[in-house]
Amino acid sequence: MSDPQVTRRQLLAGAGMAAGGLVVGFALGRVLNGAAPPATVAGAATPAASAAATGSATAAATAIPAVVATGTPPASQIDAWLSIGRDGGVTVYSGKVELGTGIETALSQVVAEELDLAVGRVAMIMGDTTETPNQGYTAGSLTLQSTVPILRNAAAATRQILMGLASSYLGVPAAQLTLKDGVVTGGGKQVGYGQLVGGGGLYQEIPAHVPVKDYHTYTVVGTPVPRVDIPGKMTGTFTYMQDVKVAGMLHGRVVRPAGVGATLKTIDPTSVGSLPGLVKVVRLGNFVGVVAQEEWQAIQAAQTLQVTWNLVHALPAEADLYKDLTSEKTVDKVEVNDGDVDAALKAAAKTLSATYTWPYQAHASIGPSCAIADVGKKAATVWSSTQGVYPLRDALAGLIGLPPDGVRVIYVEGAGCYGHNGFDDVAADAALLSQAVGKPVRVQWMRGDEFIWEPKGPAMQHQLRGAVSASGAVAAWDFQSWTPTHSTRPSGMPGNLLAGQLIVPPAPPAKNGFVGGDRNAPVNYTFSPRRVTIHWLPSSPLRPSALRSLGGAANTFANESFMDELAAAAGADPIAFRLRHLHDARAAAVIQAVAKLAGWQSRPSPAPGKPGQGRGIAFTRYENTLAYVATVAEVAVDTSTGAIRLLHVYVAHDCGQVVNPDGLRNQIEGNAIQSASRAVKEQVTFNRDQVTSVDWATYPILTFLEVPQVDVVLLDHPDQPVWGAGEIATEPTAAAIANAVFDATGARVRSVPLTADRVKAAL
Amino acid sequence: MALSLKVNGKTVAPEVDPTTPLLYVLRDSLGLKGPRFGCGLGQCGACTVLLDGQATRSCQVPVGTIQGHAVTTLEGLGTPESPHPLQQAFIDAQAAQCGYCSNGMIMTAKAFLDKNPHPSEAQVRQALAGNLCRCGTHMRIMKAVLGAASGQGASA
Repeated sequence: MSDPQVTRRQLLAGAGMAAGGLVVGFALGRVLNGAAPPATVAGAATPAASAAATGSATAAATAIPAVVATGTPPASQIDAWLSIGRDGGVTVYSGKVELGTGIETALSQVVAEELDLAVGRVAMIMGDTTETPNQGYTAGSLTLQSTVPILRNAAAATRQILMGLASSYLGVPAAQLTLKDGVVTGGGKQVGYGQLVGGGGLYQEIPAHVPVKDYHTYTVVGTPVPRVDIPGKMTGTFTYMQDVKVAGMLHGRVVRPAGVGATLKTIDPTSVGSLPGLVKVVRLGNFVGVVAQEEWQAIQAAQTLQVTWNLVHALPAEADLYKDLTSEKTVDKVEVNDGDVDAALKAAAKTLSATYTWPYQAHASIGPSCAIADVGKKAATVWSSTQGVYPLRDALAGLIGLPPDGVRVIYVEGAGCYGHNGFDDVAADAALLSQAVGKPVRVQWMRGDEFIWEPKGPAMQHQLRGAVSASGAVAAWDFQSWTPTHSTRPSGMPGNLLAGQLIVPPAPPAKNGFVGGDRNAPVNYTFSPRRVTIHWLPSSPLRPSALRSLGGAANTFANESFMDELAAAAGADPIAFRLRHLHDARAAAVIQAVAKLAGWQSRPSPAPGKPGQGRGIAFTRYENTLAYVATVAEVAVDTSTGAIRLLHVYVAHDCGQVVNPDGLRNQIEGNAIQSASRAVKEQVTFNRDQVTSVDWATYPILTFLEVPQVDVVLLDHPDQPVWGAGEIATEPTAAAIANAVFDATGARVRSVPLTADRVKAAL
Repeated sequence: MALSLKVNGKTVAPEVDPTTPLLYVLRDSLGLKGPRFGCGLGQCGACTVLLDGQATRSCQVPVGTIQGHAVTTLEGLGTPESPHPLQQAFIDAQAAQCGYCSNGMIMTAKAFLDKNPHPSEAQVRQALAGNLCRCGTHMRIMKAVLGAASGQGASA
C-alpha cells in the first residue's frame, strides 16, 4: 500500500482485497494474525467455505506484506473506525473525544444498534494520534452530527461482512441469518462475531452506499442508555487527565508573567535553592518554570521563586473597553444585504436603535488544566485533555523541535472545558519542562493560572437598528457587530500556545483568520430589507478563543433582545411577533412547544402593572441551518435593588434524530444553567496589566441557591439526520432573561451580565 | 516524617512534609482519585472528604494537623460494583456531565444527609451552596440527593 500510514491492526496489502473480496480478505487477516481462521474449520463442513478458504490461502501467498506498518488506516476503511476482538467485543476508534457531554455513550449506541450488540460490548478509544482518525477538533457541536453517519456506515458495512462470512461458515444463505448479542444464527447453527473476524482486519473500504437499519426497528438508538462513564466517576475509579501517573514522573509549575506582554526582568534561582525536592528552575526567555519531585514541592517552589517583570500595561482601561472596540480599525464583512435598509429606515413610521454589549467570559472549568509530557531526544508522548490531538501534536512538535510523527498525543478526559481553555497550553508547558529535565513532567495549572491565562470568550458589541410598519411587521433590520476572532486554537502552530509566545524568540502565531464571531449574526426571520455587517477586530486585548457557542451567544442576545424591542414597539405578543416572521414549520414547532411547556399567556410586554415578575422568550437556529431551540425564562426582579432571581427556564429543542434522550436532556439542562450564569453573573475583569478575575470569589458563577428550575421538551425526528446539541441551548438564554426582566419591569438591560446595578439603573 | 492516618478504614503512614495539604497526600501519596484539585482555596468543594464524619475541604488541611483522625474519601463509600446508596442515586439520576465536581457533591451530601436524613429541596440547595458545578447539572444533583434521602433512589 502506498499510503505510509497503513495499519495498526495487522492488515494487509491492497492486493489482498483485489484478489478476492471479503472472505479472502478476512482469511488473509486471520493468516496474518497467526490464528486458525474459522473459515478453515467451516471448510471441513461446507464446500462453500472450503473454497473460500482455499482461495484465501492462494492469495495469502502473494499478499502478505513483508513489514506491517504502524499508524492509523485510511479513514475510508472500516478498520480506521472499528475493530472486533477475539471475544466479539467492538472497539471504536474516534477522533472525536468525550468532553463530559456523553458522546462516548451515544456513539457506542449507534455502533451497538447496527451490529446488534449490547452497548457494554462497545469500547471506545478516543483521540490518540497513533490510534484514531484525524477528525480535527471536538468542537462546534459537531461530534454526533459528523461522526454518527461515519460510524453508522462503518458498523453497517461490518454487519454485511459478518453476514457474508457467517453465511459461508454456517452454509446458510445470508437472508436466513439473524444477528443478536454478538452472535449470528441461522439454520439451527450459530457463530460469534469474534469467531468470524476476531482480531482480524476489517480493512475494506466503507462502501458509498451501505444498507443501514430502518429507524423503526431501533432498540438502542433513541433510548436513554445510562452513560458508561458515570459509575466510575461517582465512585472514584474513573481516571481523569488529572489522575494519570507515568513512571518516573516529576511535577512542574510555571511562573507566569505579572502582566500581559510583560518580559522577565530578574530571576533569582537561589531563592528556591534550599527547597526540598527541587529538581530544576527552567528559564527559556520569558517562560519560567520549576520542576520538583513532588507536586506540593513544585507548588511551593513556584510560589517562592523570586522573579520580577517589566510591565507594559498592554490592556485598555476596563471602562474604555467598548469604546476601544468600536474605535479600532476593522475588517468589515457584509453577510446579508437584501434591500435598501437605509431607505426603509428613513421611510418607516417607527424606528428603533439599540446598543448591546457582551463581556469577556471565562470557560471556568472546575478542574484546572493538566498534562503530562515525556519528551525524549527523538520522540515524545503527551497526555492531554486537548480538543484536537492532531493540531496539538503538530504545534508541540514545532515547539520542541521534533517531527510531527515523532510526537504522540493521547487524549485523556479532564474536567469539562466548554471550548478552548488552558488544556493545550498546559501541554506545551509540560513539554518544555520535560525537555529541560529529560524526564516525564506533569503540570497542573493552579486556579489563578486558569482564570488569568486561559483564552477568553471575547467581548463584543452590537448596534441594531430596525423599524416596524403600520401593520406591526418588521420593515427594516440593520445589524452591526464588533468582534475579534473566536478561535486561536493551536492549528499546528507553536505560536498559538502560551509557552510558544513566552520563549525567545517567540514562535510565530498561526493565522486562524476570523472565526466564529459571525455565528448566528443573521436571524432566521423572513423580513426584509436586512443588512448584517461584521466589523472584525484584528486583535483583542485578552487572548480570545472558543467559548461555548462562540459569537452565537452574544449575537443571539442582541438579535433576540432587539426582536423583543420591536415586538414591544409594535404592541405585539413576543411569541406571536416571532411566529409572524418565521416561515419554517420546525422553527414554529419549537416556539409553540416552549410556549406550551411554559404556559405562556399571549400578551405584549411589559406585563400589566409591571409586577416585578415576568417571562421572556428567545429563539435561534444553530448556525442558521441546524438545530432549533426556543427558550422561555421566568424571573422575579427586586425593584429596590435590581437583583434578578431566576425562577424557571424552559427549553424546546429539535436536533433531528435523538440518539440518547436523557443524555441530550442533560446537555440542554447544562447549557441552560451555564448560559444563565453567564447572562446574569459572569464578566472577566482586568486592570491595565492583568486579568483580575483570579478565583471563584472574583469570577462568581451561579450556585445551588441561584440556579433556576429547568424543564426541557425534545422534538424528536427519528427520520432526520442527527444534529449536534453541545452548545445550541446556550444561545437564547441571555436574551430570554433580558426579555423577562423587561416583561417584569419595563426596564431594558442591554449589557451582559445583567447585574443588579445594571437592572436598577435601567428601572 | 511518617504520619499516621486512618484512610477509608486503613491505617496509613505516608512519608510527607506535615505541612502538605491532605489533598496531595491522598492523591499523590495514596493514589486516590476521588478527591479532586479544583481551586486549592476552599472555594469550590471538589476536594471534599469526610474528616471524622465532617465534610472537609482537603486542600485546606495540613496533613500534620490530623494525626490519627479518620478520613473517608469517595472510594470509601462504595465501588462501581457495590456503590453506596448515595452514589447509586447519582448514577440513577445520571447526575453528572464531566463529573469533576461529583466527588464534592457526594461527600458534602453524605455528611449532610447523615445529620438531616429527610431534607427539603431548599435545605439541599443550602447544603450544597458552597459546591460549584460548571456543567450545570444542579437539577440532577438535587434529584439524586433527595432521591437518596427518600431511600428510593432517583430514576433518570
